[in-house]
Amino acid sequence: MTTNLKFANVEVGTKLPALSVPIQRLDLIRYAGASGDFNIIHWNERFATSVGLPNVIAHGMFTMASAIRVVTDWVGDPGAVVEYGVRFTRTVPVPDDGVGVLLEISGEVTELLAAGRVRVTLTASSAGQTVLGKAQAVVQLA
Amino acid sequence: MALNPDLIGRTYPPSEPYLVGREKIREFARSIGDENPAYHDVAVAQGLGYADVVAPPTFAFTFVFASAAVVILDPDLGLDYTKVVHGEQSFVYSRPIVAGDELVVINTIENIRAAAGNDMITVKSVVSTTSGEPVVVTTKVIVARGTDAQ
Repeated sequence: MTTNLKFANVEVGTKLPALSVPIQRLDLIRYAGASGDFNIIHWNERFATSVGLPNVIAHGMFTMASAIRVVTDWVGDPGAVVEYGVRFTRTVPVPDDGVGVLLEISGEVTELLAAGRVRVTLTASSAGQTVLGKAQAVVQLA
Repeated sequence: MALNPDLIGRTYPPSEPYLVGREKIREFARSIGDENPAYHDVAVAQGLGYADVVAPPTFAFTFVFASAAVVILDPDLGLDYTKVVHGEQSFVYSRPIVAGDELVVINTIENIRAAAGNDMITVKSVVSTTSGEPVVVTTKVIVARGTDAQ
């Protein structure tokens, strides 16, 4: 683990640079292939709506993977993330309209821990509503 | 519809070893649009002290998900997979995963509980190298939607 980000230089309330992730159907298909999760609700609108969903929805794990980018972009070394957890509180519907949706992610240091570690709390929202709950990472700083 | 609570504590046999591929890490990172050079460039990853490219923090879910089929499909559990959604997910790392790691997963049903007409199943997956070095523990909560809640 090698990061230039020093524990001494952050405090509770330090904000991480925010990130906007545009999501289109192609992104979900690419993620399905890369992750091996081919659940039909992530690519077939006919099936998704037949089981009561508003549309095809993004993989929760796609949202989770996107959200932690705020932390890994901040620290540089992805190995600095020693813990990461979320609750999936809302689905992210992705319409096939050539535009898709935006996932907006922000993060803030919410606790200073022992051994140069900090807790970062993430907020992820789409269409004005948060989609993750208790999204937190423990990050090892220098 | 309640699931069988006798299965709390059931541990399944270790998965077949999963060999973490450099190109698989790159493919996964591209699929989330992440250009972090530690995922793509061996020299950069080595400069950070790793043997090869590093996997993104949630990469482990790909092979853990596949290994957990033994739980999801366990006939004793009685889960209807078409009614399952992902409720929670966490990762606690001993060290990052890097290309070349050969990893095995041991899945345990940690809890089964009913809440608001649904069943919540907590599955803990302990990931270690084939030589026994601990790498990451992932925990997921899956929610089996009750027929009365539809």
